[in-house]
Amino acid sequence: MCTVTPISLTVGANRIVPTVAIPHPLGNPALTHEEEKTLRRHLVEKALKALQTEVTEQTIFE
Amino acid sequence: MSKIRVVHYINQFFANIGGEEKADYQPELRQGIVGPGLALSAAFKDEAEIVATVICGDSYFNENLEKAKKEVIQMVASQKPDLFIAGPAFNAGRYGVACGTIADAVQAELGIPVLTGMYQENPGADMFKTKVLIVETKNSAAGMRDAVGKMAPLALKLARKEEIGASSEEGYLPNGVRKNFFETERGSKRAVDMLIKKLAGKAFTTEYPMPNFDRVKPNPAVKDLSKATIALVTSGGIVPKGNPDHIESSSASRYGKYDIDGIYDLTSSSFQTAHGGYDPTYANEDPDRVLPVDVLRDFEKEGKIGKLHRYYYSTVGNGTAVASAVKFASQFSKELVNDGVDAVILTST
Amino acid sequence: MKLELGYVHIRDIQFASESKVENGVLHINKDAVKKLILEDETIESVDLEIAKPGQSIRILPVKDVIEPRVKAEGRGGMFPGMIAKVDTVGSGKTNVLKGSAVVTTGRIVAFQEGIIDMAGPGAEYTPFSQLNHLVVVCEPVEGLKQHEHEKAVRMAGLKTAAYLGQLAKDIVPDEVHTYETFGVKEGLEKMPGLPRVAYVQMLQSQGLMHDTYVYGVDAKKTLSTMICPTETMDGAIVSGNCVSACDKNTTYHHQNNPVIEDLFAQHGKTLNFVGMVITNENVYLADKQRSSDWTAKLCRFLDLDGAVVSQEGFGNPDTDLIMNCKKIEEEGVKTVIITDEYAGQDGRSQSLADADPKADAVVTGGNANMVIHLPKMDKVIGYAETANTIAGGHAGSLNSDGSIDAELQVITGSTNELGFGRLSAR
Repeated sequence: MCTVTPISLTVGANRIVPTVAIPHPLGNPALTHEEEKTLRRHLVEKALKALQTEVTEQTIFE
Repeated sequence: MSKIRVVHYINQFFANIGGEEKADYQPELRQGIVGPGLALSAAFKDEAEIVATVICGDSYFNENLEKAKKEVIQMVASQKPDLFIAGPAFNAGRYGVACGTIADAVQAELGIPVLTGMYQENPGADMFKTKVLIVETKNSAAGMRDAVGKMAPLALKLARKEEIGASSEEGYLPNGVRKNFFETERGSKRAVDMLIKKLAGKAFTTEYPMPNFDRVKPNPAVKDLSKATIALVTSGGIVPKGNPDHIESSSASRYGKYDIDGIYDLTSSSFQTAHGGYDPTYANEDPDRVLPVDVLRDFEKEGKIGKLHRYYYSTVGNGTAVASAVKFASQFSKELVNDGVDAVILTST
Repeated sequence: MKLELGYVHIRDIQFASESKVENGVLHINKDAVKKLILEDETIESVDLEIAKPGQSIRILPVKDVIEPRVKAEGRGGMFPGMIAKVDTVGSGKTNVLKGSAVVTTGRIVAFQEGIIDMAGPGAEYTPFSQLNHLVVVCEPVEGLKQHEHEKAVRMAGLKTAAYLGQLAKDIVPDEVHTYETFGVKEGLEKMPGLPRVAYVQMLQSQGLMHDTYVYGVDAKKTLSTMICPTETMDGAIVSGNCVSACDKNTTYHHQNNPVIEDLFAQHGKTLNFVGMVITNENVYLADKQRSSDWTAKLCRFLDLDGAVVSQEGFGNPDTDLIMNCKKIEEEGVKTVIITDEYAGQDGRSQSLADADPKADAVVTGGNANMVIHLPKMDKVIGYAETANTIAGGHAGSLNSDGSIDAELQVITGSTNELGFGRLSAR
């Protein structure tokens, strides 16, 4: 899970989930705590989905 | 101080035995100097002496690699040298491969410093430049003086175990090991000069060739998430408050393994970031923003995942060398496998 | 825009009863400076020290280095939008107290601050060992938040440099350098056959201790834009960051941008130095894409033949660097990029986090991970123990005898990516 996905691609990660921002990949201080948690759940769900998906090459799960 | 004992390896051509028709010449050990060894010897002055020369035909060597290596190493060893020099091979391909191969083998088996020289397009160069130092030469024997001018001083440094400078300073082919040195001109001037050349279509040399990164095959997908153990790993530097393992804010030399058994949420009172490369305010306020423990605990409770592994691994990615990251992960992924972890969520900043 | 930069050479610095510049000596009234700095109520106390080239002095943790300058004639004042009112600068006459600088230090704000050694092996790696410094040691009031602490010290440094610069206002400079760039039409008429070259400067803009300000505007809130190179000589761009001491651009670097100087040296001879594009390095991927798209667009719009691109920082900004390089090249504009390296202490790791074959012309400021030993200095201004936590240091970097073992990263300006220094790597 990473914000700067070009780097993930360059260094060879195979399952990549884009995140919010460098200092808070899984958060957003502009939101309320509840909204942030919802956002975080959504992103981690994507990650879990990526783990359950067969891939043959580097894939970004938008 | 006693003279440095050198053994020199050359091919049939430089030994004046013959050309192509003598390329099958079998290894021969001669006392003293032969052929180009004379130029090397002159450059060494009193510091070193070529006590013996090994001559071998390029075809013989390349077609009998294991046998030839053994024979030559035995000959070299018999002279008890402090230093081994092969070539220079210029653009002769089989000779360059032979020089690289034998220098690498001598270095490994006899543990003495070795040096060779060849043209950058010699196939032996790409094959061996990361294994042995290869002085960059011109593409023919007309460049012998230039080659010896670089090989002799570098050879003496190697023999004396002195610090070796950057490739452009010492004259060896860039070997992937970056070394600092001071240029005569500042970087901005070098950049402007390089651009002027590039715009004029003239040749220029980049100071840093773009790196390559390796690739790994993707692992098969997790079959049943509801039974899977998921572990968290981060390069975002989330550590227990106080950074007990003193993970560095940049160029981390270590990683931490932390127990989150019974922890359902990371808070500012118990965790923090050690990473010096991003504004830490947000991660310090709520470390879940970098390491999503709270949400994974919820998924655990809801049965979406089997369980969240009780340990997480953390380091600081800021300026940390790729080789270090590889080292850390090689170590702790063994533990992850042993602990029955099925998948890892890696977060980075 | 045309600027006449006048150097008033400073060869010594001392505290005195009256602040003035006389015969190349900068005299400073301590109380006057302290009073000025303490106008900011978030600063609890301030100490002033002097550090000169060759003295066995170590300053750490260094936040910024600023050169005293003043607008002697013409529009605007130093550090527009920060100290002086907003007004376009970069023209008229500016005087510089050349050979002097203000260095800010004090309790650490975040990890990235640096070290300046005025003597010994460490002195070779920083340009600041060659200057006469007024060191401002600031202590914040108790409980001050990090963002406010950073701002207080930043402003204290700029204020002090502006105050000292004022002392040169009416002095006839020892030497004058004239810099002039032209409008598009005039430039084409004056230099018809010369390749059109611009300087693309990337500015660090990632948050606390990672910010840069342009006429007082936080660079993270900007779209890529153009600026006249001479504006930077009047402090249009100031540093609010350390990012890592080795490759952060101090305000001094911004004021004395060597790429600008070296392009001007060729201006009208081998190239037409058309102007400057500034762009940022944000923490959102969309911002990186937008900023680099915009930069490439401006390069195309200016009908450039080539561009020198300088980076600030490392890690995720390597993506900004590669995006800028690629996209500018794709517009048919040839690039040379200036960066530094993080190849590991053994020099064997990949030096950049991102790469592209189009980046075929690279100048490097050296490997920041190289380990150095800094012997103990007789005097330390600031806090010695910060050596253990600043970027490039580790727990135990500070030895009991006062010497330091750390990476080159800790030395302010050591691998500067404007190409300020001569350090490089192969």
